[in-house]
Amino acid sequence: MCVTLHPNPFKDKTMELNLPIYLDNNATTPMDPRVLEAMLPYFVEKFGNAASRNHSFGWVAEEAVDYAREQVAKLINADPKEIIFTSGATESDNLALKGVFEMYASKGNHVITCTTEHKAVLDACKHIEKMGGQVTYLEVKADGLIDLAELEKAITDKTILISIMYGNNEIGVIQPVREISAIARKHGVLFFTDATQAVGKVPVDVLADGIDLMAFSGHKMYGPKGVGALYVRRKNPRVKVTAQMDGGGHERGMRSGTLNVPGIVGLGKACELCMNEMAEESKRLSTMRDRLEAALMQVEEAYVNGNREHRLPHTTNISFKYVEGEGLMMGFNKNIALSSGSACTSASLEPSYVLKALGLGDDLAHSSLRFGLGRFTTDEQIDFTINAITTSVLKLREMSPLWEMFKEGVDIDAIEWAHH
Amino acid sequence: MAYSDKVIDHYTNPKNVGTLDKAKTNVGTGLVGAPECGDVMRLQIEVDQESGLISDAKFKTFGCGSAIASSSLATEWLKGKTVDQALAIDNMDIVEELNLPPVKIHCSVLAEDAIKAAINDYRVKNGLAELATAAH
Repeated sequence: MCVTLHPNPFKDKTMELNLPIYLDNNATTPMDPRVLEAMLPYFVEKFGNAASRNHSFGWVAEEAVDYAREQVAKLINADPKEIIFTSGATESDNLALKGVFEMYASKGNHVITCTTEHKAVLDACKHIEKMGGQVTYLEVKADGLIDLAELEKAITDKTILISIMYGNNEIGVIQPVREISAIARKHGVLFFTDATQAVGKVPVDVLADGIDLMAFSGHKMYGPKGVGALYVRRKNPRVKVTAQMDGGGHERGMRSGTLNVPGIVGLGKACELCMNEMAEESKRLSTMRDRLEAALMQVEEAYVNGNREHRLPHTTNISFKYVEGEGLMMGFNKNIALSSGSACTSASLEPSYVLKALGLGDDLAHSSLRFGLGRFTTDEQIDFTINAITTSVLKLREMSPLWEMFKEGVDIDAIEWAHH
Repeated sequence: MAYSDKVIDHYTNPKNVGTLDKAKTNVGTGLVGAPECGDVMRLQIEVDQESGLISDAKFKTFGCGSAIASSSLATEWLKGKTVDQALAIDNMDIVEELNLPPVKIHCSVLAEDAIKAAINDYRVKNGLAELATAAH
Protein backbone atom coordinates (compact mmCIF):
# COMPACT_ATOMS: atom_id res chain seq x y z
CA MET A 1 0.00 0.00 0.00
CA CYS A 2 1.36 3.36 -0.89
CA VAL A 3 -0.28 6.67 -0.10
CA THR A 4 1.20 9.73 -1.69
CA LEU A 5 0.49 12.93 0.12
CA HIS A 6 1.55 16.44 -0.58
CA PRO A 7 4.13 17.28 2.08
CA ASN A 8 2.34 20.40 3.19
CA PRO A 9 -0.99 21.12 1.54
CA PHE A 10 -1.68 24.14 3.73
CA LYS A 11 1.37 26.05 2.61
CA ASP A 12 0.29 26.38 -1.00
CA LYS A 13 0.29 30.14 -1.49
CA THR A 14 -2.12 30.00 -4.38
CA MET A 15 -4.77 28.39 -2.23
CA GLU A 16 -7.65 30.57 -1.14
CA LEU A 17 -8.10 31.39 2.52
CA ASN A 18 -9.55 28.27 4.05
CA LEU A 19 -12.04 28.71 6.86
CA PRO A 20 -12.19 27.94 9.71
CA ILE A 21 -8.71 28.99 10.76
CA TYR A 22 -7.03 26.86 13.41
CA LEU A 23 -5.16 28.90 16.03
CA ASP A 24 -5.41 26.47 18.92
CA ASN A 25 -2.16 24.61 18.31
CA ASN A 26 -1.36 24.57 22.04
CA ALA A 27 -4.36 22.31 22.52
CA THR A 28 -3.37 19.98 19.72
CA THR A 29 -1.71 20.22 16.33
CA PRO A 30 -2.93 18.76 13.08
CA MET A 31 -0.81 15.80 12.07
CA ASP A 32 1.75 16.52 9.38
CA PRO A 33 0.83 14.43 6.31
CA ARG A 34 4.43 13.22 6.19
CA VAL A 35 3.93 11.72 9.65
CA LEU A 36 0.82 9.89 8.53
CA GLU A 37 2.68 8.55 5.53
CA ALA A 38 5.39 7.13 7.78
CA MET A 39 2.81 5.53 10.09
CA LEU A 40 0.51 3.90 7.56
CA PRO A 41 2.51 0.71 6.84
CA TYR A 42 2.50 -0.14 10.54
CA PHE A 43 -1.23 -0.74 10.84
CA VAL A 44 -1.96 -3.48 8.33
CA GLU A 45 1.20 -4.70 6.65
CA LYS A 46 3.76 -4.36 9.41
CA PHE A 47 1.52 -5.09 12.32
CA GLY A 48 3.93 -7.13 14.45
CA ASN A 49 4.43 -6.88 18.18
CA ALA A 50 7.77 -5.23 18.87
CA ALA A 51 8.24 -7.66 21.75
CA SER A 52 7.95 -10.75 19.53
CA ARG A 53 11.58 -11.73 19.37
CA ASN A 54 11.25 -14.94 17.38
CA HIS A 55 9.90 -13.97 13.98
CA SER A 56 10.21 -11.39 11.28
CA PHE A 57 6.91 -9.67 12.09
CA GLY A 58 8.29 -8.80 15.51
CA TRP A 59 11.71 -7.84 14.16
CA VAL A 60 10.21 -5.41 11.65
CA ALA A 61 8.20 -3.74 14.40
CA GLU A 62 11.14 -3.65 16.76
CA GLU A 63 13.33 -2.13 14.09
CA ALA A 64 10.77 0.58 13.49
CA VAL A 65 10.57 1.33 17.21
CA ASP A 66 14.36 1.44 17.51
CA TYR A 67 14.57 3.86 14.61
CA ALA A 68 11.87 6.07 16.14
CA ARG A 69 13.66 5.97 19.48
CA GLU A 70 16.75 7.34 17.73
CA GLN A 71 14.73 10.06 15.99
CA VAL A 72 13.19 11.13 19.31
CA ALA A 73 16.48 10.99 21.20
CA LYS A 74 18.26 13.04 18.55
CA LEU A 75 15.80 15.91 18.82
CA ILE A 76 16.51 16.36 22.54
CA ASN A 77 20.19 15.27 22.48
CA ALA A 78 19.54 12.14 24.53
CA ASP A 79 20.67 8.55 24.21
CA PRO A 80 17.98 6.34 22.63
CA LYS A 81 18.08 4.12 25.70
CA GLU A 82 16.87 7.06 27.75
CA ILE A 83 13.53 7.29 25.91
CA ILE A 84 10.51 5.55 27.46
CA PHE A 85 7.47 5.52 25.20
CA THR A 86 4.14 6.26 26.87
CA SER A 87 0.58 7.13 25.86
CA GLY A 88 1.21 10.86 26.11
CA ALA A 89 2.41 13.67 28.32
CA THR A 90 -0.16 13.07 31.06
CA GLU A 91 1.10 9.53 31.52
CA SER A 92 4.71 10.72 31.34
CA ASP A 93 4.02 13.38 34.00
CA ASN A 94 2.41 10.80 36.27
CA LEU A 95 5.19 8.27 35.73
CA ALA A 96 7.91 10.83 36.44
CA LEU A 97 6.35 12.32 39.57
CA LYS A 98 4.88 9.24 41.20
CA GLY A 99 7.67 7.02 39.91
CA VAL A 100 10.39 9.21 41.44
CA PHE A 101 8.41 9.66 44.64
CA GLU A 102 8.20 5.90 45.11
CA MET A 103 11.70 5.06 43.91
CA TYR A 104 13.42 7.65 46.11
CA ALA A 105 11.23 7.26 49.20
CA SER A 106 14.27 6.37 51.30
CA LYS A 107 15.92 9.69 50.36
CA GLY A 108 13.03 12.00 51.13
CA ASN A 109 9.42 12.85 50.39
CA HIS A 110 9.44 16.49 49.32
CA VAL A 111 8.63 17.73 45.82
CA ILE A 112 8.78 21.33 44.58
CA THR A 113 6.61 22.52 41.70
CA CYS A 114 4.84 25.75 40.74
CA THR A 115 1.27 26.98 40.53
CA THR A 116 1.18 27.41 36.74
CA GLU A 117 1.95 23.79 35.91
CA HIS A 118 -0.38 21.69 33.80
CA LYS A 119 -3.14 19.88 35.70
CA ALA A 120 -1.43 16.55 34.99
CA VAL A 121 1.49 17.71 37.14
CA LEU A 122 -0.59 19.49 39.78
CA ASP A 123 -2.96 16.56 40.21
CA ALA A 124 -0.11 14.04 40.34
CA CYS A 125 1.39 16.24 43.08
CA LYS A 126 -1.90 16.15 44.97
CA HIS A 127 -1.75 12.38 44.71
CA ILE A 128 1.75 12.45 46.18
CA GLU A 129 0.44 14.51 49.09
CA LYS A 130 -2.24 11.87 49.65
CA MET A 131 0.48 9.24 49.73
CA GLY A 132 2.17 11.14 52.55
CA GLY A 133 4.48 13.35 50.51
CA GLN A 134 5.10 17.06 50.96
CA VAL A 135 4.70 19.39 48.00
CA THR A 136 5.72 23.05 47.75
CA TYR A 137 3.81 25.00 45.09
CA LEU A 138 5.96 28.00 44.18
CA GLU A 139 4.12 31.12 43.12
CA VAL A 140 5.19 32.80 39.91
CA LYS A 141 6.07 36.43 39.33
CA ALA A 142 3.72 38.75 37.42
CA ASP A 143 5.43 37.74 34.17
CA GLY A 144 4.87 34.03 34.84
CA LEU A 145 8.49 33.16 35.62
CA ILE A 146 9.42 31.47 38.87
CA ASP A 147 11.69 33.20 41.35
CA LEU A 148 14.95 31.23 41.47
CA ALA A 149 15.80 32.47 44.97
CA GLU A 150 12.40 31.21 46.18
CA LEU A 151 13.09 27.87 44.54
CA GLU A 152 16.41 27.48 46.28
CA LYS A 153 14.91 28.53 49.59
CA ALA A 154 12.22 25.88 49.28
CA ILE A 155 14.74 23.03 49.09
CA THR A 156 15.05 21.00 52.30
CA ASP A 157 17.03 17.89 53.16
CA LYS A 158 13.85 15.94 52.34
CA THR A 159 13.57 17.33 48.78
CA ILE A 160 13.92 14.67 46.09
CA LEU A 161 12.45 16.35 43.01
CA ILE A 162 11.91 19.73 41.39
CA SER A 163 9.16 19.70 38.75
CA ILE A 164 8.99 22.89 36.70
CA MET A 165 7.55 23.02 33.19
CA TYR A 166 9.62 24.12 30.21
CA GLY A 167 7.08 26.28 28.34
CA ASN A 168 3.64 27.16 29.63
CA ASN A 169 0.63 25.99 27.64
CA GLU A 170 -1.50 29.09 28.24
CA ILE A 171 0.93 31.99 28.09
CA GLY A 172 3.94 30.35 26.44
CA VAL A 173 6.39 31.59 29.06
CA ILE A 174 9.67 29.61 29.07
CA GLN A 175 11.10 29.00 32.54
CA PRO A 176 14.84 29.42 33.18
CA VAL A 177 15.47 25.70 32.84
CA ARG A 178 19.28 25.82 32.97
CA GLU A 179 19.30 27.92 36.14
CA ILE A 180 16.74 25.60 37.72
CA SER A 181 18.76 22.50 36.88
CA ALA A 182 21.91 24.12 38.27
CA ILE A 183 20.15 24.70 41.57
CA ALA A 184 18.80 21.15 41.57
CA ARG A 185 22.23 19.72 40.87
CA LYS A 186 23.87 21.84 43.56
CA HIS A 187 21.51 20.36 46.15
CA GLY A 188 21.52 16.81 44.81
CA VAL A 189 17.85 17.00 43.80
CA LEU A 190 16.42 15.55 40.59
CA PHE A 191 14.92 17.90 38.00
CA PHE A 192 11.85 16.91 35.98
CA THR A 193 10.34 19.18 33.34
CA ASP A 194 7.05 18.88 31.50
CA ALA A 195 8.23 20.04 28.07
CA THR A 196 5.07 19.17 26.15
CA GLN A 197 4.76 22.64 24.62
CA ALA A 198 8.48 23.18 24.09
CA VAL A 199 9.88 20.05 22.46
CA GLY A 200 9.87 20.52 18.69
CA LYS A 201 9.19 24.25 19.03
CA VAL A 202 12.41 25.49 20.63
CA PRO A 203 15.79 23.75 20.95
CA VAL A 204 15.62 21.44 23.97
CA ASP A 205 18.89 19.76 24.93
CA VAL A 206 18.66 17.49 27.95
CA LEU A 207 22.43 17.55 28.49
CA ALA A 208 23.01 21.28 28.15
CA ASP A 209 19.76 22.02 30.00
CA GLY A 210 20.66 19.63 32.82
CA ILE A 211 17.35 17.78 32.71
CA ASP A 212 16.96 14.46 34.56
CA LEU A 213 13.45 13.58 33.46
CA MET A 214 11.31 15.15 30.75
CA ALA A 215 7.76 14.56 29.50
CA PHE A 216 6.50 15.33 26.01
CA SER A 217 3.84 14.29 23.57
CA GLY A 218 3.33 13.52 19.88
CA HIS A 219 0.18 15.50 19.20
CA LYS A 220 1.63 18.88 20.16
CA MET A 221 4.28 18.61 17.47
CA TYR A 222 2.33 17.46 14.42
CA GLY A 223 2.49 13.82 15.43
CA PRO A 224 -0.32 11.46 16.42
CA LYS A 225 -2.40 11.59 19.60
CA GLY A 226 -2.05 8.80 22.15
CA VAL A 227 1.72 8.62 22.10
CA GLY A 228 4.34 10.44 24.10
CA ALA A 229 7.63 9.88 25.82
CA LEU A 230 9.45 10.25 29.08
CA TYR A 231 13.15 10.95 28.99
CA VAL A 232 14.89 9.29 31.93
CA ARG A 233 18.59 10.09 32.36
CA ARG A 234 20.94 7.10 32.50
CA LYS A 235 24.22 8.78 33.46
CA ASN A 236 25.26 11.44 35.98
CA PRO A 237 23.04 10.59 37.73
CA ARG A 238 21.40 7.34 36.68
CA VAL A 239 17.72 8.01 37.33
CA LYS A 240 15.13 5.33 37.99
CA VAL A 241 11.37 5.50 38.32
CA THR A 242 9.03 2.94 39.82
CA ALA A 243 6.66 1.59 37.17
CA GLN A 244 3.05 2.71 37.61
CA MET A 245 1.58 -0.21 35.66
CA ASP A 246 2.34 -3.86 36.22
CA GLY A 247 2.89 -6.07 33.21
CA GLY A 248 5.36 -7.49 30.78
CA GLY A 249 8.28 -5.30 31.72
CA HIS A 250 8.50 -3.35 28.47
CA GLU A 251 10.55 -0.17 28.20
CA ARG A 252 13.25 -1.33 30.58
CA GLY A 253 10.65 -2.26 33.13
CA MET A 254 9.43 1.30 33.55
CA ARG A 255 6.36 1.13 31.34
CA SER A 256 4.69 -2.16 30.59
CA GLY A 257 2.28 -2.61 27.72
CA THR A 258 2.60 -3.65 24.09
CA LEU A 259 4.21 -0.81 22.22
CA ASN A 260 2.01 1.39 20.05
CA VAL A 261 4.19 0.85 17.01
CA PRO A 262 2.40 3.11 14.49
CA GLY A 263 2.11 5.85 17.10
CA ILE A 264 5.78 5.54 18.02
CA VAL A 265 6.78 5.61 14.35
CA GLY A 266 4.69 8.77 14.02
CA LEU A 267 6.27 10.38 17.06
CA GLY A 268 9.70 9.55 15.66
CA LYS A 269 8.87 11.07 12.29
CA ALA A 270 7.36 14.15 13.94
CA CYS A 271 10.58 14.62 15.93
CA GLU A 272 12.70 14.25 12.82
CA LEU A 273 10.65 16.88 10.99
CA CYS A 274 10.90 19.26 13.95
CA MET A 275 14.64 18.65 14.12
CA ASN A 276 15.04 19.60 10.46
CA GLU A 277 12.56 22.45 10.31
CA MET A 278 12.47 23.99 13.78
CA ALA A 279 14.96 26.78 13.15
CA GLU A 280 13.13 28.12 10.12
CA GLU A 281 9.67 27.35 11.48
CA SER A 282 10.18 29.09 14.80
CA LYS A 283 11.46 32.19 13.04
CA ARG A 284 8.46 32.20 10.71
CA LEU A 285 5.99 31.66 13.56
CA SER A 286 7.47 34.27 15.88
CA THR A 287 7.40 36.82 13.06
CA MET A 288 3.72 36.07 12.43
CA ARG A 289 2.93 35.98 16.16
CA ASP A 290 4.64 39.33 16.70
CA ARG A 291 2.72 40.85 13.80
CA LEU A 292 -0.58 39.53 15.19
CA GLU A 293 0.29 40.79 18.64
CA ALA A 294 1.38 44.23 17.46
CA ALA A 295 -1.82 44.67 15.46
CA LEU A 296 -4.08 43.56 18.32
CA MET A 297 -2.24 45.80 20.77
CA GLN A 298 -3.50 48.70 18.67
CA VAL A 299 -6.86 48.01 20.27
CA GLU A 300 -7.36 50.20 23.33
CA GLU A 301 -6.96 48.49 26.72
CA ALA A 302 -5.38 45.30 25.39
CA TYR A 303 -2.69 43.58 27.43
CA VAL A 304 -0.27 40.75 26.70
CA ASN A 305 -0.15 38.23 29.55
CA GLY A 306 3.20 36.84 30.65
CA ASN A 307 6.82 37.48 29.80
CA ARG A 308 7.21 38.43 26.14
CA GLU A 309 10.93 37.80 25.88
CA HIS A 310 11.16 34.29 27.34
CA ARG A 311 8.35 32.80 25.37
CA LEU A 312 7.47 30.05 22.93
CA PRO A 313 7.59 31.44 19.37
CA HIS A 314 4.04 30.47 18.44
CA THR A 315 2.05 31.62 21.47
CA THR A 316 0.51 34.86 22.67
CA ASN A 317 -2.12 35.43 25.31
CA ILE A 318 -3.96 38.76 25.22
CA SER A 319 -6.62 40.25 27.48
CA PHE A 320 -9.09 42.71 26.01
CA LYS A 321 -10.36 44.55 29.03
CA TYR A 322 -14.13 45.10 29.46
CA VAL A 323 -15.18 42.24 27.17
CA GLU A 324 -15.66 38.66 28.23
CA GLY A 325 -13.61 36.01 26.42
CA GLU A 326 -16.32 33.54 25.60
CA GLY A 327 -18.69 36.23 24.39
CA LEU A 328 -15.83 37.60 22.33
CA MET A 329 -15.08 34.24 20.76
CA MET A 330 -18.69 33.83 19.75
CA GLY A 331 -18.18 36.72 17.37
CA PHE A 332 -15.69 34.75 15.29
CA ASN A 333 -15.61 31.12 16.37
CA LYS A 334 -17.36 30.06 13.21
CA ASN A 335 -14.22 31.14 11.37
CA ILE A 336 -11.41 31.08 13.93
CA ALA A 337 -10.66 28.39 16.50
CA LEU A 338 -8.82 29.48 19.62
CA SER A 339 -9.08 29.32 23.41
CA SER A 340 -10.07 31.71 26.15
CA GLY A 341 -9.01 31.96 29.78
CA SER A 342 -12.65 32.60 30.57
CA ALA A 343 -14.38 29.65 32.13
CA CYS A 344 -17.93 30.73 31.59
CA THR A 345 -18.93 27.16 30.82
CA SER A 346 -17.45 25.63 33.94
CA ALA A 347 -19.73 25.14 36.89
CA SER A 348 -17.30 26.95 39.16
CA LEU A 349 -17.19 30.02 36.91
CA GLU A 350 -13.50 30.16 37.75
CA PRO A 351 -11.28 31.67 35.08
CA SER A 352 -7.83 30.34 34.19
CA TYR A 353 -5.75 29.48 37.26
CA VAL A 354 -2.61 30.23 35.27
CA LEU A 355 -3.65 33.81 34.57
CA LYS A 356 -4.77 34.25 38.17
CA ALA A 357 -1.36 32.98 39.30
CA LEU A 358 0.17 35.93 37.44
CA GLY A 359 -1.87 38.16 39.71
CA LEU A 360 -4.37 39.10 37.02
CA GLY A 361 -7.76 40.13 38.33
CA ASP A 362 -10.57 37.75 37.47
CA ASP A 363 -11.95 40.35 35.09
CA LEU A 364 -8.79 40.37 32.98
CA ALA A 365 -8.54 36.59 33.14
CA HIS A 366 -12.12 36.35 31.84
CA SER A 367 -11.16 38.70 29.01
CA SER A 368 -8.25 36.72 27.65
CA LEU A 369 -7.68 34.91 24.37
CA ARG A 370 -4.90 32.42 23.70
CA PHE A 371 -3.46 32.33 20.19
CA GLY A 372 -1.49 29.22 19.28
CA LEU A 373 0.02 29.44 15.81
CA GLY A 374 1.35 26.39 14.05
CA ARG A 375 3.16 24.86 11.11
CA PHE A 376 0.22 25.41 8.79
CA THR A 377 -0.67 28.96 9.82
CA THR A 378 -0.41 31.44 6.96
CA ASP A 379 -0.03 35.20 6.72
CA GLU A 380 -3.47 35.40 5.11
CA GLN A 381 -4.98 33.68 8.13
CA ILE A 382 -3.25 36.15 10.45
CA ASP A 383 -4.63 39.08 8.44
CA PHE A 384 -8.13 37.65 8.66
CA THR A 385 -7.72 37.03 12.39
CA ILE A 386 -6.51 40.55 13.17
CA ASN A 387 -9.52 41.97 11.39
CA ALA A 388 -12.06 39.58 12.91
CA ILE A 389 -10.84 39.92 16.50
CA THR A 390 -10.61 43.71 16.32
CA THR A 391 -14.13 43.96 14.91
CA SER A 392 -15.49 41.62 17.55
CA VAL A 393 -13.83 43.47 20.44
CA LEU A 394 -15.17 46.82 19.24
CA LYS A 395 -18.66 45.39 18.75
CA LEU A 396 -18.76 43.82 22.20
CA ARG A 397 -17.46 46.95 23.86
CA GLU A 398 -20.38 48.86 22.38
CA MET A 399 -22.51 46.35 24.29
CA SER A 400 -20.43 46.38 27.48
CA PRO A 401 -21.62 48.36 30.51
CA LEU A 402 -18.09 48.19 31.91
CA TRP A 403 -16.63 49.81 28.80
CA GLU A 404 -19.20 52.60 29.05
CA MET A 405 -18.29 53.15 32.72
CA PHE A 406 -14.59 53.13 31.88
CA LYS A 407 -15.15 55.72 29.17
CA GLU A 408 -17.16 57.88 31.57
CA GLY A 409 -14.36 57.68 34.13
CA VAL A 410 -16.30 55.58 36.63
CA ASP A 411 -14.02 53.62 38.96
CA ILE A 412 -15.25 50.07 38.36
CA ASP A 413 -13.19 48.66 41.22
CA ALA A 414 -14.95 51.00 43.65
CA ILE A 415 -18.39 49.58 42.80
CA GLU A 416 -19.74 47.09 45.28
CA TRP A 417 -20.68 44.17 43.08
CA ALA A 418 -23.18 41.64 44.30
CA HIS A 419 -21.40 38.33 44.01
CA HIS A 420 -23.36 35.24 43.24
CA MET B 1 -20.58 23.66 23.13
CA ALA B 2 -22.85 24.76 20.34
CA TYR B 3 -25.18 27.70 20.84
CA SER B 4 -28.83 27.55 19.88
CA ASP B 5 -29.92 29.50 16.80
CA LYS B 6 -31.87 31.90 18.99
CA VAL B 7 -28.83 32.70 21.10
CA ILE B 8 -26.77 33.26 17.96
CA ASP B 9 -29.50 35.49 16.53
CA HIS B 10 -29.66 37.69 19.65
CA TYR B 11 -25.87 37.80 19.81
CA THR B 12 -25.52 38.75 16.16
CA ASN B 13 -28.42 41.21 16.14
CA PRO B 14 -28.92 42.25 19.73
CA LYS B 15 -32.15 44.10 20.39
CA ASN B 16 -32.22 47.32 22.38
CA VAL B 17 -28.55 47.84 23.13
CA GLY B 18 -28.09 51.23 24.69
CA THR B 19 -28.44 53.59 27.58
CA LEU B 20 -31.43 55.45 29.01
CA ASP B 21 -31.06 58.59 31.13
CA LYS B 22 -30.82 57.15 34.61
CA ALA B 23 -31.45 60.56 36.16
CA LYS B 24 -35.08 60.57 34.95
CA THR B 25 -37.65 59.56 37.57
CA ASN B 26 -39.47 57.29 35.15
CA VAL B 27 -36.32 55.32 34.32
CA GLY B 28 -35.33 52.35 36.44
CA THR B 29 -31.81 50.93 36.23
CA GLY B 30 -30.64 47.51 37.35
CA LEU B 31 -26.94 46.62 37.45
CA VAL B 32 -26.25 43.02 38.44
CA GLY B 33 -23.44 40.49 38.33
CA ALA B 34 -19.75 41.19 38.85
CA PRO B 35 -16.74 41.55 36.57
CA GLU B 36 -14.91 38.85 38.55
CA CYS B 37 -17.69 36.40 37.73
CA GLY B 38 -17.49 37.19 34.05
CA ASP B 39 -21.02 38.59 33.84
CA VAL B 40 -22.33 42.11 34.33
CA MET B 41 -25.76 43.15 33.08
CA ARG B 42 -27.22 46.61 33.08
CA LEU B 43 -30.89 46.68 32.22
CA GLN B 44 -33.02 49.81 32.11
CA ILE B 45 -36.74 50.41 31.77
CA GLU B 46 -38.58 53.59 30.95
CA VAL B 47 -42.16 53.69 32.21
CA ASP B 48 -44.90 55.74 30.57
CA GLN B 49 -46.42 57.13 33.71
CA GLU B 50 -49.86 57.77 32.25
CA SER B 51 -50.43 54.26 30.95
CA GLY B 52 -48.17 52.48 33.45
CA LEU B 53 -46.63 50.56 30.57
CA ILE B 54 -42.93 50.03 29.97
CA SER B 55 -42.36 52.17 26.89
CA ASP B 56 -38.69 51.45 26.39
CA ALA B 57 -36.04 49.03 27.63
CA LYS B 58 -32.29 49.00 27.01
CA PHE B 59 -29.40 46.80 28.03
CA LYS B 60 -25.66 46.53 28.02
CA THR B 61 -24.01 43.26 29.01
CA PHE B 62 -20.47 42.10 29.71
CA GLY B 63 -20.57 38.34 29.41
CA CYS B 64 -20.83 35.31 27.23
CA GLY B 65 -23.18 34.92 24.29
CA SER B 66 -25.92 33.45 26.46
CA ALA B 67 -25.75 36.37 28.87
CA ILE B 68 -26.01 38.83 26.00
CA ALA B 69 -28.91 36.89 24.46
CA SER B 70 -30.73 36.61 27.82
CA SER B 71 -30.61 40.36 28.37
CA SER B 72 -31.51 41.15 24.77
CA LEU B 73 -34.54 38.86 25.02
CA ALA B 74 -35.51 40.38 28.38
CA THR B 75 -35.65 43.89 26.91
CA GLU B 76 -37.88 42.64 24.11
CA TRP B 77 -40.28 41.03 26.56
CA LEU B 78 -40.35 44.07 28.85
CA LYS B 79 -41.58 46.54 26.28
CA GLY B 80 -45.35 47.01 26.41
CA LYS B 81 -45.77 45.26 29.74
CA THR B 82 -46.91 46.89 32.98
CA VAL B 83 -44.37 46.90 35.78
CA ASP B 84 -46.36 44.19 37.57
CA GLN B 85 -46.47 42.03 34.49
CA ALA B 86 -42.72 42.48 34.10
CA LEU B 87 -42.21 41.17 37.60
CA ALA B 88 -43.72 37.88 36.52
CA ILE B 89 -40.96 37.16 33.99
CA ASP B 90 -39.25 34.04 35.24
CA ASN B 91 -35.73 32.97 34.40
CA MET B 92 -36.99 29.57 33.26
CA ASP B 93 -39.04 31.30 30.53
CA ILE B 94 -35.76 32.68 29.20
CA VAL B 95 -34.08 29.27 29.46
CA GLU B 96 -36.90 27.74 27.46
CA GLU B 97 -37.07 30.42 24.81
CA LEU B 98 -33.29 30.40 24.20
CA ASN B 99 -32.74 26.66 24.74
CA LEU B 100 -30.02 27.41 27.28
CA PRO B 101 -28.04 24.40 28.46
CA PRO B 102 -27.75 23.77 32.22
CA VAL B 103 -24.35 25.49 32.52
CA LYS B 104 -25.90 28.68 31.15
CA ILE B 105 -28.92 28.85 33.43
CA HIS B 106 -27.12 31.40 35.58
CA CYS B 107 -27.29 33.81 32.61
CA SER B 108 -31.09 33.68 32.74
CA VAL B 109 -31.05 34.09 36.52
CA LEU B 110 -28.94 37.18 36.08
CA ALA B 111 -31.42 38.57 33.52
CA GLU B 112 -34.30 38.01 35.94
CA ASP B 113 -32.29 39.70 38.69
CA ALA B 114 -31.60 42.63 36.36
CA ILE B 115 -35.32 43.05 35.61
CA LYS B 116 -36.18 43.01 39.32
CA ALA B 117 -33.35 45.42 40.13
CA ALA B 118 -34.52 47.85 37.44
CA ILE B 119 -38.10 47.67 38.71
CA ASN B 120 -36.98 48.24 42.29
CA ASP B 121 -34.93 51.24 41.25
CA TYR B 122 -38.00 52.62 39.48
CA ARG B 123 -40.21 51.94 42.53
CA VAL B 124 -37.84 53.58 44.98
CA LYS B 125 -37.51 56.63 42.74
CA ASN B 126 -41.29 56.91 42.69
CA GLY B 127 -41.87 56.53 46.42
CA LEU B 128 -42.92 52.90 46.34
CA ALA B 129 -41.61 50.23 48.68
CA GLU B 130 -38.71 48.13 47.49
CA LEU B 131 -39.71 44.58 46.69
CA ALA B 132 -37.84 41.73 48.26
CA THR B 133 -35.88 39.86 45.62
CA ALA B 134 -34.93 36.28 45.91
CA ALA B 135 -31.23 36.01 46.48
CA HIS B 136 -29.71 33.58 44.03
